[in-house]
Amino acid sequence: MSTGGAAEIVFDHVTKRYPGRDESAISDFSLEIPAGAFCVLVGPSGGGKTTALKMVNCLIPFDAGDIRIDGRSVRDQSVVELRRGIGYVIQQAGLFPHMTVGDNIATVPRLLGWPKARQRERAAELIELVGLEQSDERRYPAQLSGGQRQRVGLARALAADPPVLLMDEPFGALDPITRARLQQELRRLHREVAKTVIFVTHDIDEAITMGDRIAILRPGGVLAQYDTPDTILAAPADSFVSAFIGEDRALRRLALRRVGDVELAPDGGDDAPVVSAATTVRNALSLMVGSQGDRVRVVGDDGETKGVLTFSQIEELLRW
Amino acid sequence: MVAAGPVIPNFGKGSTCVTGNHVFCWGWVQQHWHDTLEPKLVEHVELSLVAVAIGFVLAFALAIFAHRVRGVSQPLGVVAALVYTIPSIAIFQILIPFFGISDTTIAIPLTGYSLVILYPNILTGLQSAPPDVLEAARGMGLEPRDVFRRIELPLAVPAIIAGLRIAVVSTISIATIAAFIGGRGLGGPIFDALQLPTPFKTEIYSAGFLVVAFALVCDLTLVAVRRVLVPWTRA
Repeated sequence: MSTGGAAEIVFDHVTKRYPGRDESAISDFSLEIPAGAFCVLVGPSGGGKTTALKMVNCLIPFDAGDIRIDGRSVRDQSVVELRRGIGYVIQQAGLFPHMTVGDNIATVPRLLGWPKARQRERAAELIELVGLEQSDERRYPAQLSGGQRQRVGLARALAADPPVLLMDEPFGALDPITRARLQQELRRLHREVAKTVIFVTHDIDEAITMGDRIAILRPGGVLAQYDTPDTILAAPADSFVSAFIGEDRALRRLALRRVGDVELAPDGGDDAPVVSAATTVRNALSLMVGSQGDRVRVVGDDGETKGVLTFSQIEELLRW
Repeated sequence: MVAAGPVIPNFGKGSTCVTGNHVFCWGWVQQHWHDTLEPKLVEHVELSLVAVAIGFVLAFALAIFAHRVRGVSQPLGVVAALVYTIPSIAIFQILIPFFGISDTTIAIPLTGYSLVILYPNILTGLQSAPPDVLEAARGMGLEPRDVFRRIELPLAVPAIIAGLRIAVVSTISIATIAAFIGGRGLGGPIFDALQLPTPFKTEIYSAGFLVVAFALVCDLTLVAVRRVLVPWTRA
């Protein structure tokens, strides 16, 4: 498997049923994830999202259909080769407790037989990339916080520069603050390293924050909807999806937009609340409602007024 | 089975301390270090360490077998626990008709005891790798033999050393009873001293002290080995 860059992943009518169960875990599941996309699989438990993820690196075999990475079936290559070309991050991080951070990160490069010096170099690079300290390289997992461990898990998954990254509820065990920070950094990292990411979560908020595309699975492993976050919020495919994303979906949509990205009306709100261009439209709306007005004044980084955002403009945004 | 010669102190020519059988006669220890205590200590070290070494190899092989093959670990564990309950004196007695008064007769039960202590510890150790660690290892493309060599085995070291500490100390202690056969090991002088009309205290205490000291040295060595091999738990 080639390294570097990203790869397209295709689920082609995949079906999986666990022995002794009546209902399928995955039913006729088809999904095309373009190279470089950040795709979130989300759904209630029993939706088969983790099963779908683990079928990509053959930790779970499927019964029918096919999964192709860059056009090549995952069944056409040795399992070991396949897995060494796919980064894999799990909820508890699964770090090797007896190895230092540096050795943990260098696991796949070592398996691939890279020279020692290059392994070290790569580990140092990744420590930097995921926001750890170089001095952490010699520490053991037991000496790290949950967030640091997950950073190491991510660095380890990226070590051999795989085109595909599978993440199974990677932030599920973290406190909300650490979680939000890591979400943000993973987004930044994804822009920098351009991998195809499949990210599993049961948390719709996380899915909306993280995904370029979201695949919502319903129990039985049926794909309910596959779209961009904005489209899913604006036009849920059915009652299952709208129930899953919640009644505040209009607000969630507004949270995806920043006031600086909206076409603003000319100035005219001298006594309206002031917001920065980076504020989400949702928060701007909250301020507006809180001040019992119908507009906020948007100010750029330089302190100059860029314009006003009015209530009717927000309505317009949601009309689409 | 009374050993002849220098092991039994000569009361006629002995010091007043020895003839009076005082609590401890340092002079006797110095006088009989080379002809009694030292050779018996060497025997004791050999008997117990060889037994633990052979027991370790066998236990390791069995534990790997039980780790690989589902369903054999429990029956093996039950057998091991049962074997451990057989009194050592009884085993020595049973084996004498087959192997006579020989080191083999001593080595078999000593090896057996360390085997049954080590087996469950090694197996527990091999099975101690957390499921998420094993899943991450598999998911990253480690082959089963890599998983064993790089993950399961190193993670088993703490449990293996814990088992070795128990096995070594208890084997050293049981080896004292092996003197029942041919007066081998540090149990020899103790038995000899006990067979006198008045048990000779100095000989019992000095031999007993050496048993304890030897066990302690072995235990501390294992603790040191653990510190070197298991740096990751010293957080």
